[in-house]
Amino acid sequence: MATIDCAGLSVREINQAIRSAVANSDTEITLVNPGGQHNLSVAILSPVHINIKGSVGYYCGGLIDKATVEIQGSAGWGLAESMLTGKVIVHGSAGNGAAAAIRSGTVVIKGDAAARAGVSMKGGLIIIGGNCGYMSGFMGQKGTLIVCGDAGAAFGDSMYETVCFVGGETSDLGTDTVVETLAEDDLKFLQQALEEHLPDKLNEPGFTVERFKKIVSGRKLWNFDKQDWKTWKDAL
Amino acid sequence: MATSEQSNGTDRMLQQSGIYNEQVIVDIQAKAELGRYRMRGFGILRERTWATFDDLTFIPSTLTRIPLEGYRERCETKTVLGARFAAKPIELDIPIMITGMSWGALSYNAKVALAKGANQVGSSNTTGDGGMLAAEREHSKILIYEVLPSRYGMNVHDMLSADGIELTIGQGAKPGTGGLLLGSKVQGAVAKQRDLPPGVDQRSPARHPDFLGPDDMRIKIEELREATDWQVPIFVKMGASRVFDDVRLAAKAGADVIVVDGMEGGTAASPEILQEHTGVPTLAAVSEARAALEDIGLYGEVQLIIAGGIRNGVDAAKAMALGADAIYIGTSALIALNCNKPIYVEDYHKLGTEPYHCHHCHTGGCPVGITTQDPELMKRLEIESGAERVANLLRAMTYEIQILARACGKANVHDLDPEDMRALSLESSMITGIPLVGTNRVFGDGPGWKNRHD
Repeated sequence: MATIDCAGLSVREINQAIRSAVANSDTEITLVNPGGQHNLSVAILSPVHINIKGSVGYYCGGLIDKATVEIQGSAGWGLAESMLTGKVIVHGSAGNGAAAAIRSGTVVIKGDAAARAGVSMKGGLIIIGGNCGYMSGFMGQKGTLIVCGDAGAAFGDSMYETVCFVGGETSDLGTDTVVETLAEDDLKFLQQALEEHLPDKLNEPGFTVERFKKIVSGRKLWNFDKQDWKTWKDAL
Repeated sequence: MATSEQSNGTDRMLQQSGIYNEQVIVDIQAKAELGRYRMRGFGILRERTWATFDDLTFIPSTLTRIPLEGYRERCETKTVLGARFAAKPIELDIPIMITGMSWGALSYNAKVALAKGANQVGSSNTTGDGGMLAAEREHSKILIYEVLPSRYGMNVHDMLSADGIELTIGQGAKPGTGGLLLGSKVQGAVAKQRDLPPGVDQRSPARHPDFLGPDDMRIKIEELREATDWQVPIFVKMGASRVFDDVRLAAKAGADVIVVDGMEGGTAASPEILQEHTGVPTLAAVSEARAALEDIGLYGEVQLIIAGGIRNGVDAAKAMALGADAIYIGTSALIALNCNKPIYVEDYHKLGTEPYHCHHCHTGGCPVGITTQDPELMKRLEIESGAERVANLLRAMTYEIQILARACGKANVHDLDPEDMRALSLESSMITGIPLVGTNRVFGDGPGWKNRHD
């Protein structure tokens, strides 16, 4: 157990302190007074739990593998970007590009996520307790994106194989999206995922997994089709 | 009897339209079939009617300067990149490096041959869109890891094993547009590493998923530095566009090394119009880039790598004299690997082309095994002999730079400077700020860009 007081420390000093704690085999590391600094806990490659008591700036938990980063406040842009495996939990909300290009692992955002959440995600699981902003899920390649609230404009645009579930409004879906009927397996998956990562959500009045919509790629943009002028004109 | 305004069948009046010539007609009719823009590889094909490195000439030593013995005296080629912030700058034996080209666009054999070839002469290799091959790390003493907008194959462990990181904003062949890899090449292991369904036409994003402008990029660069504990240099690579401003922004955002890729740069696949009609020529790009670094007092502190249509040591030497610290080559290295060589000619014909005319990298049917994922075609590129040819080209280019440097009286190739050259055309004088031959005068009162920015 190590506690790092970030007050008065530079980003480099904080990250060096984290690495030093990891090298000392500390598996529970607490950061206090993070002060919204950028680039905290990046490229941590060990199975440690880093608990950040406050809000953070850009790229917190970016490029991690195996680690768990828990942020008690909110996070700036690029939360957990390119994570290989591991888990990042945000108790507040997250800025643009949350969980961008993650290859695996889990990102839980209890509040809202801004634009392009899950952009270019290549695997893993993203759960957003609130709403998400414009172009979330853009070019999602694999993995699962769960949005309990409303999806912003152009949601799920140009996806490959990412599977999205939206509990709220989906008034403006992106190009080449298809709404599928929820199967029994989908309901089971949603129930389990929420119970594990966002159990409080299931206790909200009127909140059920049956309200979710499943959104996947229509696969029209995977290969060019000159007959499909409308789709391709909008896509390009 | 035919009049002078008609053909008589034997003395035909053939005159092609200057507007709708054969190429234009082929282009229109191709698009009328395709229903989309045309795609191809290789880079710009049309004749360059603008000023190029050929519009400059070296003015070697005579009585005013003393030359070095051309074949004997030592002329240093060691090149150091990234000493601005990195604890471990990159040290190369020669100033010519292999640029980033993806495994996917290129075959496995091509990537490994490039790595081995560069390694033989103390140069570097670069990964590409789609991540790192274990074999290219194994065979590269110095490996640059590209972080691209798509983040295909992005793996933090691979990144941390690299000797430098290149944050790619764009490339010279198609600045402002992402990569392209058609379904015929998105197969097997390539598709798996990119996390893509096999057979999709991969159209990569143009924007990074987690930053947009230079203010965000400054934080992104800091992230990469924190991830690597400030050990390795961070490059920022851009296609040549608004070079003067872009280079200043990249330098201020904290890049150790800036790569500017001119419009003559190659690609394995892109809409043709982007290759032909976007970007700034490499000659202008290097001139603007140097001026930009001088403008903010970072010339010499931030290194400049120039890329885009560098064919030989002469182009490289001229780019270095104009301000480049090092040179990236891509297409020239592939040509060393036999690109467009008249072998397997029947397979060029199957693609509807001929040796010396092939730009069909996008099809995946490369007759010489370079830009293909077909295992049978790939066998045609033998790794060891290919590596030897790449190494030989790098050696030859280095000798060419040294010959020119010695003739100019320079004991270090990095001491070449604009005063070692004269312009052969008004345009090149205006672009580079180098005096026109026979006049000793700079036309346009110096680099053409400068007045706009003063």
